[in-house]
Amino acid sequence: MYPEEFQYTKDHEWLRVDEGIGTLGITEHAQKELGDVVYVELPKVGDPVTASETLGTVESVKAVSEVYSPVTGEVLAVNDKLQNHPELLNSDPHGSAWLVQIRLSDPKEIEKLMSAEEYEAYVREDKAH
Amino acid sequence: MATLEEHGAKRTTLYAVHKAAGAKMAEFGAWEMPIEYAGITQEHLAVRNSAALFDVSHMGEISVCGPRALALLQGLTSNDVARLKIFQAQYTALTYPQGSAVDDCVVHRLDEDKYFICVNAANTQKDYDWIVEHNAVGAEVRDVSSEYSQLALQGPRAMAILANVTDFNLASLRYYWCGYAQCCGVQGLLARTGYTGEDGFEFYFPPQGSARVWNALLEAGRKEKLQPAGLGARNTLRLEAGYPLYGHELDEDTTLLEANLGWICKLDKGEFVGRSALEKQRQLGVRKKLVGFEMLDPGIARDGYPVWVEGKKVGRVTSGSPAPFLKKNIGLAFVSPAAAETGREMTIEIRARQVRARQVPLPFYKRPK
Repeated sequence: MYPEEFQYTKDHEWLRVDEGIGTLGITEHAQKELGDVVYVELPKVGDPVTASETLGTVESVKAVSEVYSPVTGEVLAVNDKLQNHPELLNSDPHGSAWLVQIRLSDPKEIEKLMSAEEYEAYVREDKAH
Repeated sequence: MATLEEHGAKRTTLYAVHKAAGAKMAEFGAWEMPIEYAGITQEHLAVRNSAALFDVSHMGEISVCGPRALALLQGLTSNDVARLKIFQAQYTALTYPQGSAVDDCVVHRLDEDKYFICVNAANTQKDYDWIVEHNAVGAEVRDVSSEYSQLALQGPRAMAILANVTDFNLASLRYYWCGYAQCCGVQGLLARTGYTGEDGFEFYFPPQGSARVWNALLEAGRKEKLQPAGLGARNTLRLEAGYPLYGHELDEDTTLLEANLGWICKLDKGEFVGRSALEKQRQLGVRKKLVGFEMLDPGIARDGYPVWVEGKKVGRVTSGSPAPFLKKNIGLAFVSPAAAETGREMTIEIRARQVRARQVPLPFYKRPK
């Protein structure tokens, strides 16, 4: 269910890092909890982002949810498809519905993130409560 | 609403059925209720296009009986209970002296001296206490909430589906009328009422039968693609229909006139709690006005967001959400009377950003006749 090549945050986001560039998205668990996503607000290319700070918002029919950046850096690309097709976040959260790409300024920050296995355990724990 | 209070939150007798069917559960008031089954959008559209089934057993029920029942209810509610024929129902409000609502509710007249009130779950105890406290005339008042499950079958195909499981003459049951009926082999009270802006029925019956009725209705509606639905869709549906929700558009500080409920204020029916305050406000004018709006720019207004007109803060949003059928982002807001005008452009402050919206007539959605 959760790709091995991703790393995960406690806020139910995934990050795939490739040569210092991180692609960020929300997890399958997050999309399920949110329900029908209807609106996505993302930063612009070139915007600076800071680890643990709000990067954007994802809204479902019933609620607003903030997206936190797991890393510090600069936004390299934004997934424009989500403006007109926010429902992709429900159907393909680990693939075509990625949110942004970030050039990491401190690659060490990703050491704190969870592996797929750790994240799955974290979700199970979350569900038990 | 039979209760099991194992984890603090109350549960309806259908809790296990919802859970097994994969419904997403969440706390609503003191109740752990299904919020969504297939997704709010799909459930919402099912009600507009075909039908959906809701467990609304969390709703409270209060019975008021005896020769003084009418007198008690006439004195405590804003609408004219004396107009009710036997088996007729009426949307009304229990009122505070200042003209605001203790709760909004539906009164069903079941017999000469017998009334059955459906009230909001979170207000049940408050309503019951309020009625008992003001029962100087000596009517018989009982909180019978634990004796009833309530299911709502809503949508244009509701009648066709229900006809499969009852012999009751559904076509003869008019909007806001009710009757004793056997549905799915279970005896209960069937009312042609709802909170979705669509045709539909609400069935009140003993909780022991809840799983049987729920499953039999889903089975009877299979051909019509009857969709089990949760409170999430119930909320977007009532918003599209422009219905108020207690705690959002109604509270202790909001008069019925301010909430656009002047039509349930029968000021000439005789004395009732809050009548003189409402009379005075009708003459002098309201302090705020409930208006509907739709967003002109991308963004969803949510409860509590400030509303601005020409650089001045004029009010706040009480409910806001995407409207799945209308495919717009809509909302309700209280604004100063001077700012209330259909067509007027406003801005809603969404997380420090000013987003354009326009006032539109209510309701947002009206079902085709």
